[in-house]
Formats: sequence, structure tokens, C-alpha cells
Amino acid sequence: MKRLYLAHERAILGAGGVVLFLVLWEGFERGWWAELLQPLLGPEAARFQLKPIFISSPTRIARMAFDMFFVTGAIWKDLGWSNLEFALGVALAFAIGIPLGLAAGWYRRFNYAVEPFLAALNATPQVAFLPLLILWVGTGLASRVLIIVLLAVLPIAISALAAVRTVDARLVRVARSFSSGDALLFRSIILPSAVPFLLAGARLAVGRGMIGIVVGEIYGSSAGIGAMINQAGSRFETDKVFVGVLTIAAAGVALVELIRRIERRVDVWRSQVAA
Amino acid sequence: MNFERLLIGGGTLVVFLLIWELCADFGAINPLFISSSSRIAQAGAALVADPDFWNDVRVSAREFILGYVAAIVIGVPLGLLMGTSRRLSYIVAPFVDTLNAVPRVTLLPLLIIWFGIGIWSKVAVVFLGAVIPIVISALSGVKTNEARFLTMARSFSASRIKIFASIILPGMVPFIFTGLKYAAGRALLGVVVGELYASTAGLGHMIAEAGNMFQTDTLFFGVLIFTATGLVVVALLDQLERRFERWRPSVGAAT
Amino acid sequence: MTPKLEAQDVRLAYPQPRAGTQLVALDGVNLQVMDGEFVAIVGPSGCGKTTFLSVVDGLIAATGGRVLVDGEVVTRPGPDRAVVFQDASLLPWRTVLGNVRYGLECLGVRGRNADARAEKLIALVGLTGFEHHYPHELSGGMQQRVNLARALVVDPKILLMDEPFASLDAQTRELMQEELTRIWAKARKTVLFITHQIDEAIYLADRVVVFSGRPGKVKDSIAVDIERPRPIGVKRQTRFHALEDRIWALIDEDVKGRTAADNS
Repeated sequence: MKRLYLAHERAILGAGGVVLFLVLWEGFERGWWAELLQPLLGPEAARFQLKPIFISSPTRIARMAFDMFFVTGAIWKDLGWSNLEFALGVALAFAIGIPLGLAAGWYRRFNYAVEPFLAALNATPQVAFLPLLILWVGTGLASRVLIIVLLAVLPIAISALAAVRTVDARLVRVARSFSSGDALLFRSIILPSAVPFLLAGARLAVGRGMIGIVVGEIYGSSAGIGAMINQAGSRFETDKVFVGVLTIAAAGVALVELIRRIERRVDVWRSQVAA
Repeated sequence: MNFERLLIGGGTLVVFLLIWELCADFGAINPLFISSSSRIAQAGAALVADPDFWNDVRVSAREFILGYVAAIVIGVPLGLLMGTSRRLSYIVAPFVDTLNAVPRVTLLPLLIIWFGIGIWSKVAVVFLGAVIPIVISALSGVKTNEARFLTMARSFSASRIKIFASIILPGMVPFIFTGLKYAAGRALLGVVVGELYASTAGLGHMIAEAGNMFQTDTLFFGVLIFTATGLVVVALLDQLERRFERWRPSVGAAT
Repeated sequence: MTPKLEAQDVRLAYPQPRAGTQLVALDGVNLQVMDGEFVAIVGPSGCGKTTFLSVVDGLIAATGGRVLVDGEVVTRPGPDRAVVFQDASLLPWRTVLGNVRYGLECLGVRGRNADARAEKLIALVGLTGFEHHYPHELSGGMQQRVNLARALVVDPKILLMDEPFASLDAQTRELMQEELTRIWAKARKTVLFITHQIDEAIYLADRVVVFSGRPGKVKDSIAVDIERPRPIGVKRQTRFHALEDRIWALIDEDVKGRTAADNS
């Protein structure tokens, strides 16, 4: 028994903590704790029962999630919009960020020229540009995609820049000694060595992109998961809000895990090439 | 800082501002949409004389400072405890990981239900944004402590408290500063989004209002204040870190 | 006369749960070191020399046998023994003075008293003037001097030295060897010195103990009958070479035996 516990200590303690938390939560909503403390505190105990619009409860959220995903299916349309925005935004961020970062890493003078802009953008919470974007292109899909681009482009550009900068100087010297031109050098040495950096940048960009989805949608939009959360919040439909939050959390975990897997793959491939 | 870098960087910036100004002045693009450097400067001058503006600054500063400081006060010890107690880390990790996976601004509608649209819902979102990176960096600071230092200390029969104060704590410093810098960005993001979303005062609120009323110059000035704040906070943290890290050899200085 | 340090049949085996076997690192080490004696241990790499030192220090508990200091059984690290570590292990955020003082602080000695003792040892290892430098500002040889001072400052009866000069370049190593004999002549400690350099062992020690590899045990013990003080020139003398050849033969025999066994 004890050995079984020790072998799975991590899983047991982790799951235990989560279950305890869920039971506590459920109890606040259902009034279990109020009942339990009644003999001790008298009428004061009523304070241990909280309104469902205030905290909802795990079972309510589960029921609502089931409803939204499988009965009414209302959430799929919002998810579709959010996915579209995310895919467009991150793709654009890559399309802009990679060439920008590679060029800044390769051409010193170009780097000097763009440096001040990148530094300023990096120091700004980029979401502050959202009202401006809306003023330019309205509250439609375009502003939501653009805010994702704005948030995600920097980590990608910076990782591409770092990738070029840290290319093994020995490899470059070897290639030069075979008098390979810039284009070939770029294709044969720089791009392959840049892959792990770009993946690390992608991991950051995905996180930023998720922020972009949410912010773009909760601020003056009528479509997407963020808008759903916003509407539910303003109608005090707390269950729905939680479903939205948890859906985004699940998507975030899945995406980061996916990139981690790719990173591991690439690592294996790299060490095999090296060996 | 080398001269060429200064020249090219500064030059590009000046040319950019000039083109922007000219586009607006000669009506190539409606200044209502893009404003211009001179208009932003004028709007800034007017705002600085306006007590309402200073009220917005105060509100935003209070939200940032309260949330960020609370995140440090809770995040650093929590990360430390998770790093020293394996069991505690098993229990807390699922919660930290889940929160880490959600952009914390998603919780704003909930925070507004719980704390209202006043300053406290913003303090909460700032806190949640900043606390996670601080916990994670403090935790990895404890975990990556060099085994050889621990062996050395044990060989000198150092007490647990001594090991903690002389080895673990100093070893954490660079990790904590990395976390603090990252968290500062997250905290500023929280202020902006919180105020854009629902508020009655604050610089984010000012930006949102300006956007609604096509006051592009005021909007830009507001964004610039956030940029400046981001730069100043990171510069301050760098300064502080250097003071803590006089012992560190300066490898590959960033220039 | 009881020896200052005695290892009685010290065994150390790590269980290998996967394979259901044991990895034997030390297989019955017997060793006696007299008060004030300088003993060097040499042996092929992986023979458990460093592990043995950790057992003597009390960092690792032996799974069999025991270690005695002045007739008392060692169960954990104590102020009567101090280690000079292979990789210096200086705390990078402390100055030379702060690092040397570290051992004293662990014993609860603080303030002016601790500083005064630390400064005395810094002078002994020849680093006066560098008290307020950080480790990264020092050369490898200087870092090892600090390492030595840090161990000496707690005034241990026994100094345990774990290949302290292994990562230094050849010239610095010879210089440090000379320095160590000078400091040892002044401090008069019992020393157990681990090295894989045969000439270093002979030059420094009164007695060279040869370990056989995997599992580690004492193969032979050879007295170094070269009078002190020993100028570095003794390394060029024929009697020095004779000792070197003898020890080399012992190790060689062992390595060859093991290679043959591995191949069969």
C-alpha cells in the first residue's frame, strides 16, 4: 500500500488537491458547508453558501459544457471564429516575423534601423493599440486578426534574430571555405540551425496569440469565444463564462504540448544528424 | 553604443516621424486616423495641464503597483516553498499549470462579477497576470541550484537555515529578476485590458474613450505613456539587478 | 599509538533496483593514516577514490565497515575534517574573504574574530590584497588557494583534498604543489590527498596508497623515502623515477587485467 503511494505520489497528491478543491467549490454552491457549520455558528453559517451566479459550481459547469458542446452546439460557431482569427493572425505573424528577424540578424545596418521600433513595441503592452486598430478597420475580423499579429510578431522576430546570431561561426567558416554563396549558406546552414529557435519563439507566440484572441473578442466584438465569455459575463451566466475560460485553457495546453512534441522530434533529428 | 548604430537607428526614427508628419499635414492621409507627431505633442501638452488626466494616471498607477507588489509578495515565497517541498509542489502544480495555460485576461468578466468595475477587479487581473511568471521563475531558481555548492555546504556542516540563506537564496536572484521583468509586462497588459474592458477611470479608459471620439492624438499619447512605463520599469529592474549581481562576470555584453 | 584516521573494511554498494543487483563502489578499504602524515591515494579513474573521500568526510554513509577519527566513528561531516574540492566550488556571489569565512560562519564564528582568522589564512596562501575580489576575477590557481584557505580556516585535524589541482595547467600545477608543501609544513595537518597524477602523489606525500579499480580497494601502500623539504627538482632524480615506475606498474597491471576481463 505504502509502496503504491510512493510510486504514484505525484499523481495522487496532484489529483487529491484538485478533487479537494472541486469538492470545496461544489460545497460552497450547494450549501454543504453552511449546513455543516450551522450548529457551530448559528445563522452566521449562511454566509458559507454562495450564490450560483457568483461562483457557479463544478457540476453546473460540466452540465453547461455538455449542453454547449453536444446538445445545442452553440459553442462551435464561436470556436470556429476564434480558430480562424488565431490561424490567420499567427500565420501572418510568422510571415512578417521570420523574414524581419532573419534580415535583422543577417544585415547589421538593417538591424540598427529597425531596432528602435522593435524595442518600443516590445516595451508597450501591444493591446493598447486595440482602440486604434478598431478606429482604422472597425470591430470586425480584421481588427481581431491584427491585434493577434501585433502580439505574436515580436517573439517570432526576436527568436529568428537570435537564431541567426548564434549560428555556429565554425559552420559558417567551413561553408565559406567551400566558397558557397550567401544564398546557399543561408539555405544549408542558417535555416536548419534556426529551427529550434523558431519553435521556441512559436511557443511564446502561441501564448501571445491566445491573449490576442481573448482581448480582441471581449473588447467590442460579437463573434468568437471571447465575445461569448463577455456576453455571458454581462448577463451573469457564470457557468457559461467558466466553460469559455476552460475551453481556452484546454486549447492553450494542447497547443503548447503540440509544439513541445515537435521540438522534441526536431531535437532527436538534430542529434542524429550531429552523430 | 557605437556611432553607426546610433546614426542609423536615430536617423530612421527621425525620417519615420517626418514622413508621418508630412502625410498628415499635406492631407495624404486623414490626420483623424493617423494623427502626427506634432499633434500628439500638442495633445500631450494639453493633457499634462488637465487634472482629469492626472487622476487617470493615479488610478492606473495604483492598480499596477498594488497588483504587481501583491504578486511579488505572494509569488516569490510560493515558488520557494514549491521548490523546497516536493509534496507541496505536487499539490499546487496543477493549479499553477492551468492558470499558466489561460491568458489571465480571460478571467476579467468573472473578476468584474466578483470585485465590481472599480479598481479592485483590475488589481486582481494584474496580480493574476504577474504572479504566475514570478512563481515559475522562483521555483526554477530553487531547482537549478548547483549541487556542488550544496555538497560544499553540507561538508562544512552548514545548518538548513544557513544553506538556505547562503546558497539557495543568492542562487535564485537572477531567476527572480528574469521573472520580475516578464511579470512587469504581464502586469501592464492587465492594466490596459482591464481598463479597456470595463472601467470609469485610468489611462486604458482614456485610450478607449479617445478611440470612440476619434481623438487619435490623445490615444497615441496614452499608448506612449504605457511604452515609457514599460521601458522605465525594466530599466529600474536592470539597475536593481546589477546592484545585486556585482559578483557576476559580464559575459557577452548586449552591445 | 592510535592512527589519526582509520578506515576499517569500508564497503559501499548501491542497489540497482532495475537489474536486481548491486553496484559495488568500494570493496573493503583498509587504511591507516598517522597524525601529521601526508598520504596520497592514486588509482585508475573510476576506482572510487573520490567516493572514498566522501565517505571519510561523512557525506556518504558506508554500507559496511567504518571510518574512525581519533578512535571515534564518523557518521557525518564535522569540523575535525575539511574538504578541498576538485572544482573549487567557491560561491560566486562572495568575495575571497567571504568564501574563506564561510566554514567559520557554519560553525557560528562571526564578526571581527572570523574576519581576522580568515585574513590570516588568506595571507598564508599568499592572497593578501585580493580579499575583496570575486572568484571570477581570479585565475584557476588563485581559486584553488582560496579553496585551500577555506578548508584550513576551520582548523581541521584532517585535510581531505580531492584532486584539487586536476584542472590547472602544468606550470600552475607544479607551482601549487610547491606552495602546498610550504603551507603544509607550516600548518602541520594530517592530509589525505586524492590524485590521478603519480608524480604529484610522490612529490607531495609521505606515503602513496594505490587503489585498484572497480570495485575500489587498497592494492598497495608505498612509502616515499625522499627527505623534506623537497625542491621541485627532485622530480628529475632517478629515485623519484624509480618510485614512479613502481607505482605505474601497479596501476598498469590493474588496468590491463580489467581490459582483458572486459574483452573476455
